[in-house]
Amino acid sequence: MSLLSVQNLTLSIHSFDILHDVSFNIDAGEIVAITGESGSGKSMTALAAMQLLPQGARTTGRIMLGEDDITTWDEPALCGLRGNDIGMVFQEPMTALNPVKTIGDQVAETILVHERTTKAQAHKRAAETLERVGLPNDRFPLSRFPHELSGGQRQRVVIAMAIALRPRLLIADEPTTALDVTTQAQILALLVRLAREDGMGLMMITHDLAVVAAMADRIIVMRKGEVVEQGATVQLLHDMQHPYTKMLFAASAHEVTLPDTNATAPLLEVKGVCRDYRTPRKTVFGKPGKFRAVNNLSFSLNRGERLGLVGESGCGKSTLTRALLGLEAVSEGTITLRGEPVFTGTKPNLAVRRHMQVVFQDPYGSFNPRHRVARQITEPFYLLDTPPTGAARQQAIDDALIAVGLTPADADKYIHEFSGGQRQRIAIARALIIRPDLIIFDEAVSALDVSVRAQILDLLAELCASHNLSYLFISHDLSVVRTITDRVLVMKSGEIVEQGKTEEIFTNPQHPYTKSLIDAAPVLPDLKGLTA
Amino acid sequence: MNRSLILGCLLSALFILAALVSFVWTPFDAEALNIPVRLKGPNNTNLLGTDHFGRDILSLLMVGARTSIAVALVAVGIGMGLGVPLGLWAAARRGSLIDEVIMRGNDLVFAFPSLVIAILITAVFGAGAINAIIAIGIFNIPVFARITRGAALSLWEREFILAARVAGKSAARISFEHILPNVTNLLIVQGTIQFSLGILAEAGLSYVGLGAQPPTPSWGRMLADAQTMVSIAPHMALMPGFAIILTVLGLNLMGDGLRDLLDPRLRRMRT
Amino acid sequence: MLMLRYTLKRLLSLVISLAVASVVIFTVIEVAPGDPASFMLGMNAQPETLAALRTELGLDTSKPERYFSWVAGMLSGDFGTSYTYRTPVADMVQQRMWVSLPLALYALTLSTLIAFPAGIYAASRRGRAGDVGVMGATQLGVAIPNFWFAMMLVLLFSIKLRWFAAGGFVGWDKGLFAGLHSLTLPAIALALPQAAILARVMRSALLDVLGEDFMRTARAKGLTARQALWRHGLRNAMIPVLTIIGLQFSFLLAGGIIIEQVFYLPGLGRLIFQSISARDLIVVESVTMLLVFAVIFVNFTVDLAYAAVDPRLRARA
Repeated sequence: MSLLSVQNLTLSIHSFDILHDVSFNIDAGEIVAITGESGSGKSMTALAAMQLLPQGARTTGRIMLGEDDITTWDEPALCGLRGNDIGMVFQEPMTALNPVKTIGDQVAETILVHERTTKAQAHKRAAETLERVGLPNDRFPLSRFPHELSGGQRQRVVIAMAIALRPRLLIADEPTTALDVTTQAQILALLVRLAREDGMGLMMITHDLAVVAAMADRIIVMRKGEVVEQGATVQLLHDMQHPYTKMLFAASAHEVTLPDTNATAPLLEVKGVCRDYRTPRKTVFGKPGKFRAVNNLSFSLNRGERLGLVGESGCGKSTLTRALLGLEAVSEGTITLRGEPVFTGTKPNLAVRRHMQVVFQDPYGSFNPRHRVARQITEPFYLLDTPPTGAARQQAIDDALIAVGLTPADADKYIHEFSGGQRQRIAIARALIIRPDLIIFDEAVSALDVSVRAQILDLLAELCASHNLSYLFISHDLSVVRTITDRVLVMKSGEIVEQGKTEEIFTNPQHPYTKSLIDAAPVLPDLKGLTA
Repeated sequence: MNRSLILGCLLSALFILAALVSFVWTPFDAEALNIPVRLKGPNNTNLLGTDHFGRDILSLLMVGARTSIAVALVAVGIGMGLGVPLGLWAAARRGSLIDEVIMRGNDLVFAFPSLVIAILITAVFGAGAINAIIAIGIFNIPVFARITRGAALSLWEREFILAARVAGKSAARISFEHILPNVTNLLIVQGTIQFSLGILAEAGLSYVGLGAQPPTPSWGRMLADAQTMVSIAPHMALMPGFAIILTVLGLNLMGDGLRDLLDPRLRRMRT
Repeated sequence: MLMLRYTLKRLLSLVISLAVASVVIFTVIEVAPGDPASFMLGMNAQPETLAALRTELGLDTSKPERYFSWVAGMLSGDFGTSYTYRTPVADMVQQRMWVSLPLALYALTLSTLIAFPAGIYAASRRGRAGDVGVMGATQLGVAIPNFWFAMMLVLLFSIKLRWFAAGGFVGWDKGLFAGLHSLTLPAIALALPQAAILARVMRSALLDVLGEDFMRTARAKGLTARQALWRHGLRNAMIPVLTIIGLQFSFLLAGGIIIEQVFYLPGLGRLIFQSISARDLIVVESVTMLLVFAVIFVNFTVDLAYAAVDPRLRARA
């Protein structure tokens, strides 16, 4: 008999259909991954298993935990179940913990809610649990507050809370999506170890197929609230039945072929750049400290070159982006584009800026919700001395929209009428419209679903051919950087630790940090014969 | 459209209409003394009764509404006119000295409740509607500055602002082109609320004699007149009180309703 | 250590605020038409009296000198001598304070006692009849002018029912109960509209917190909705609520000025109005400064309370 058996689960919230006829089993000690793109209903499935659904949710079907159908249980019985028989780990460790309570109190609370025991006893067990998830007491005493821990450490606390009572089932909803690659690998390893040690069922919700393939015993693929395919990992990977499954895996492994380029003339030159930030005083009358976000950075980008920049959060990527765009002054060193400095005196050099544009990560935050597309994408014209008007302006708008695969009619729409992928196309159109020499892509595909991401990568490859683009592609996603760049810089703690031809770096990394990054990144097994 | 928004709009419209109509018509001459019919309760001739000089209370209320609107409107105008640019400026230069100065200045004004400002001004310059406006208006400045800065700060973190900066636009230009239109909803809602607070404050100041002076009719002064008569002619206190409550209630309901209608964050939460 | 740093920082900001406020008040009084002395005595003053008052006010010395001696006086408890009553302002203020301060505290207590349960109840019944009822009542409460409400209370409880005196204050020497009894109607009049505001803030702060991720984490641990609200929601919701309580205290002190008029209470409010009509600028100046000091000091206390509630604040200082 299965540990958890979801049978014909259908769920609607305020008459919106969320899940339709979902059925699957999880056995004790089994790791089951539920995967799919946004809107697939995978997170709702997890919440349904916890019976923590939003108000207005109606379900039919059964959720059997052992021999009990928990959809028939009343709230007090469910409270006895949550945290005791089923534990849950959430996506966002930064907000999942109560900021005003110590980590010890929060872990001990799980124990105190379910068992009649003393506070001291509960704290002792909390300490043991924290130790078990890799937060030894001598370095992470129970009296720590969440804000004193890093994201990965906080996620360990959340895991400790979930497994303190050794539940039969652990549900992890995108537990590593908000974390860096190396931290992700550690947390995933921890989850697998805990599941194996305790014989605990693990329901792993994730959009990342590489993670799925690496750790799951079984895979469930969902789309628009339905299970399209499920099966044992090895079997499913080698014999996919459903076209959606095939498309999903193909898109995840999507590679593009960049046109050849002869990049010899230097375009962007960064020499010995440092950037310091002031940090708060440590003592009452002490001097404010100094934090060097970027340290002695030097590299160049030639015309026609596609350069990648990888590094984890806090490595100085954002600081570098702002410095390159001339939005902030640097403390030392020079940045020149076409031989001219991007920042002169106390002001950005707008004459240089007009040869440079940027595409940001968030397709939703990148646009003013109150302006039409035409106005949004013509904003860079402000940089020109004589911006085109009338028919020329219209022509430029049409050309830019067509170049990114949209239609001229889209110019009159508002941004909320577009999907995330379309918005990212509009963001690229905005960057292209003044025909810049250099485009900076700042995590530009990181927020997109895999299928959309594949399309945008294709678009970039096409634009490379049609527009002879030069770009700096900043990303934490190694697989994307590998396919979309000619050369790559690896950045750590404000410094470039390694640089070279992309393929060479990936196949033969020299620096230990590069090696650890590449080792930590989950990779899809080689799957032949897939097409997107 | 929800019901409370409709009710709020109706009440507010009634109040504004009463003030406008009073320019061309009131049931009786609001200033005409008619001692023989003084202290009459509500009846067929004087719908809401008469005061201790025999003046028609309905007419007085209609004319008094003008004072309330004028004071509250100008006070909101002062608050918005100075507060919003200050808030935008502080947000554009967030973390700088100017931001600090503006925000500390705000805190300082908050330390002078409008009544204390009014007392100071009146003590030195004498009582009057203008001084009431200034007192309430000054108190409104930090309210608008703070709310504008708060909303603007989160907007400055958004990527479309970064895109505008990349396009070389100045902080001032971005503030007016991108930030201001995106905080308008918030300002409309807050404006409604400050408007209703202004009406309450004007009534309070006039009641203690720091606001509108005779012969300008004002709801607060009507209440002050009513105080000594409250045992023999309770309607003299009840009617202006109801007028104030219904107006303020209407404006608040309208503000809340507008907030629900205009705030996309809340709208998303409801669906 | 962090707490000390935070406290020192707030203390510095308190001192600066007080300094600036005192300059503002001093300047406003100084710009009185003519000079303060001729303003106080009016048109028909005898030249000798005027000269005497000028000397008394120190108008023959320079403005900075006058300012510093005023501040120095207040710091040592000397608030000057009232021109109309010929008694030290400090004595008058002290006497009146024993009416105004208890009144404000009484009202704040009432307001908090009403608002907390109402706000928590409404938040926990969000969207249901109980919530709609409480919110409707607070809408009305916010719209009622407190001085009008006071008149209605007098009409009902003093004139019709005769449970309370219509005004005046018996004094604390008649006993604590008698004193509180005569402050009850004024305190209710002050407290109810404030309670309505506070209840709304409490409700919306709680609803904001209920949407936080850590509330879901708490439910996933097996806490009931109610347990999660009390153990995790309330303390996080206290931050905006504390701000409003701080603002309300200053509002209650100032609002008391009007309510004291309705009930003929011998508090700071009546003192200040009597002084305004007597053009006694010395009293006005010092009492205003005192009120502003009270407000700034309460805000300082609220800042410290924040840090006690939120460990992140202590760290960021």
